[in-house]
Amino acid sequence: MHQTYFLDIKGLSVEFRTRNGTIRAVDDINFHLSKGEFLGIVGESGSGKSVTAYSVMGLLDSAGHPVCGQVMYDGIDIIKATENTMQDIRGREISMIFQNPRAALNPIRPVGYQIEDVLKQHQLATRQTAKSKAVEMLRQVKIFEPELRYKSYPFELSGGMCQRVMIAIALACSPRLLIADEPTTGLDTTTQKATMDLVKELALKRNMAVIVISHDLGMVSNYCNRLVVMESGKIVETASVNDLLACPKHEYSKRLIAASPKQNSCLENLTISPEKHLIRETFSHSEKKTSTPQLSKVHTLLDVRNLTKEFPIRNSFKNFFFQQTNSYHRTSCRAVDDVTFKLESGQSLGLVGESGCGKSTTSKIISRLINPTSGEVFFKGINITNYDAQDFVEQSERRMIQMVFQDPTDSLNPRYTAHESIAEPLRLLLGMNNSHELQLRIFSLADQVGLSANLLERFPHQLSGGQKARVGIARAIAVKPELLILDEPTSSLDVSVQAIILQLLNQLKNVLGMSYIFVSHDLNVVRLMCDRVIVMNQGKIVESGKSFEVFNSPKNPYTKALVEAIPRFEK
Amino acid sequence: MTKVAFTNRRLNHLIYVIRENPVTLLAFSLFTLIILLALVGPSIAPHDPIKTNATNALEPPSLSYLFGTDHLGRDVFSRVIVATRLDLGIAFSAVTISFCVGCALGGAAGFWGGWTNRVIGRISDAIMAFPLFVLAMGIVAALGNTIENIIYATAIINLPFYIRVSRAETSIRRNIGYVDAARLSGSGNLRILFTQILPNILPPMMVQVSLNMGWAILNAAGLSFIGLGVRPPNAEWGIMVAEGSNYIISGEWWLVIFPGAALMLAVFCFNLLGDGLRDIVDPLRRT
Repeated sequence: MHQTYFLDIKGLSVEFRTRNGTIRAVDDINFHLSKGEFLGIVGESGSGKSVTAYSVMGLLDSAGHPVCGQVMYDGIDIIKATENTMQDIRGREISMIFQNPRAALNPIRPVGYQIEDVLKQHQLATRQTAKSKAVEMLRQVKIFEPELRYKSYPFELSGGMCQRVMIAIALACSPRLLIADEPTTGLDTTTQKATMDLVKELALKRNMAVIVISHDLGMVSNYCNRLVVMESGKIVETASVNDLLACPKHEYSKRLIAASPKQNSCLENLTISPEKHLIRETFSHSEKKTSTPQLSKVHTLLDVRNLTKEFPIRNSFKNFFFQQTNSYHRTSCRAVDDVTFKLESGQSLGLVGESGCGKSTTSKIISRLINPTSGEVFFKGINITNYDAQDFVEQSERRMIQMVFQDPTDSLNPRYTAHESIAEPLRLLLGMNNSHELQLRIFSLADQVGLSANLLERFPHQLSGGQKARVGIARAIAVKPELLILDEPTSSLDVSVQAIILQLLNQLKNVLGMSYIFVSHDLNVVRLMCDRVIVMNQGKIVESGKSFEVFNSPKNPYTKALVEAIPRFEK
Repeated sequence: MTKVAFTNRRLNHLIYVIRENPVTLLAFSLFTLIILLALVGPSIAPHDPIKTNATNALEPPSLSYLFGTDHLGRDVFSRVIVATRLDLGIAFSAVTISFCVGCALGGAAGFWGGWTNRVIGRISDAIMAFPLFVLAMGIVAALGNTIENIIYATAIINLPFYIRVSRAETSIRRNIGYVDAARLSGSGNLRILFTQILPNILPPMMVQVSLNMGWAILNAAGLSFIGLGVRPPNAEWGIMVAEGSNYIISGEWWLVIFPGAALMLAVFCFNLLGDGLRDIVDPLRRT
């Protein structure tokens, strides 16, 4: 006898028409969901997990269309349903929360009104009752002072608050199925925990089924009962969380689990077979000779003293009319507040904190992209804050301090090929104009970061995220810096790519004898990469020490909360 | 070898963009025609555009005079063709000047902000506060009635549009990742502005340029129409329309229609060209 499920997807395939022919984004997938169940769909970018969600919502854009299979929701075939039926189902029966809450909310409409819109659309509230219902929804998603927040615009709320509003909108009509597409990507770990706890709590209260789509295996396994693992449009494995984590059957699931940094994992275990070809024997010999003398003598490379950075709060209207009388308005905000630390040569230091804690500002001051308000940075005994950020280009220390940026897309000039991007610092800082010498150096750098030579002539938009990250790293190490600042170098990459990049960075550090400042919000990654760690909160250093000590026995309450919020695989 | 591959890629991209959008193809063929006329116009014109011939004044279009003749017996067809060079020349030079100056000023305002921004912003606001055509008339009248002064006047009144677009686009990109990366690679401010930012604001600027070309042609013709700028007996579309307008009532329509149509086609062509041009200079469209 065939059992009927609440949501049953049978043999669904979705194809997209593109310039280069048809692409099958989802290929013959089958899974089902019971009432009140938490299902996780895990996979890396391009695996078809979002397309699956959009098919269930009937929201595929015009280029994509299901070619076969069916999506049965409580007896209704969603693929065959008319647009009118779907409008009724969306919001009322099936709701969705999106990846970027700030982009999904209408920026010029107060959040309370946006909740009312959904209620009115489905005739669940009249003009008289809408406001009280909207405020009640805001209260349910635990927004502080819901009556005041009712009139707030999305830009006045933090990312976490926006996501709560999204949840309130999604749940306003008491749907029976909630699809959360990467609900916590871009949110801090503590916010992520709070958001997901809230979803779980509300779902249990309403006996609502939830599909959580994410690339973060740790987060999904914390909240879901069952997991579906997808790879390039296919479902490779469906299993309960415990079974999947304990004994993954498919090769891809194994790789994915291995690549997700855990409490006790070490760098070598992140990939099943580490990429050994990356650093060639011949190359490492010559490089090692030059770098060993530096390594043998440990000295203070970087000495940061009482670093403070204030940003003026822009309020042009007030400043224009009342230039002097700002006594009771705060005119500046302290992004970095009295930060002091030291870094020995060859060491790697982690800079950890949530968004807005000042870690990126600190790293930009050290790399001399911006000027501090006060305080000093000594690099090899020379006070580099004596030079203005604009003039630092002409100093010899420019070459020694390099940086790898957070967003590999945004940090590459779209008009430069990979080759030109890597050549830029070599030409300007090392004065390499001899094209033969330059070519050789670029090829050896590409080889070092595992970028195949035929990719060098491509433009950034023709490269994948991991390849772009490699170009960024190659550019940064091209001039053989002594200090490399890594500003969230892997936060926009898939876990398997992240694993490879982390191993690569570690190998490069050993071979080239560089020191790292590793800025990240991902504590598991920092623990893997760094000997020492500094935890920052609201511009101040709240705790510092050896990585394993800080993470295993945090002393400061903030650090404790941060460590608590790391998703754990072990239940 | 790489040079050849590079040009090849450029060419392939051009062919791709044109094939993708038939309107672009139309615009580009029109554009090529206009450019050709401007280059070889005087040598292919069947008659001397300036030589008067009172015996066959105001002849309607015929095989020997395709577009008819004007009140002085000059061939309208030849005059329309020959005028292409002058009209396009004025528009091109004016747009080139305002593009270069506008990019530099707008780029500086967007990049440095502060006082630079305020001064440049107020200058462009001041220019925009005038009715632009009247301003152009004033400039030409004050500086003297020459072709160079028409070019300067047209360039000045177009300047604010370039300043505004380039200022906005630059200030978006001022703190973008690749600008920071260029600073780390040892680039100074000017180098960043010229190698990182300005090339990347080309796509929106190109749309502006092509729309502005049509507008500049109209402006030059308009100035000539009211008697400023190009002087008779030189062939110029605006003057021809002005001279012909006296004869509309008496039924000699060909004096106005043909130069007017040439003017319209040229403007139409540049307006269509905008999108195609953006697709060509935008690296993201290269695949």
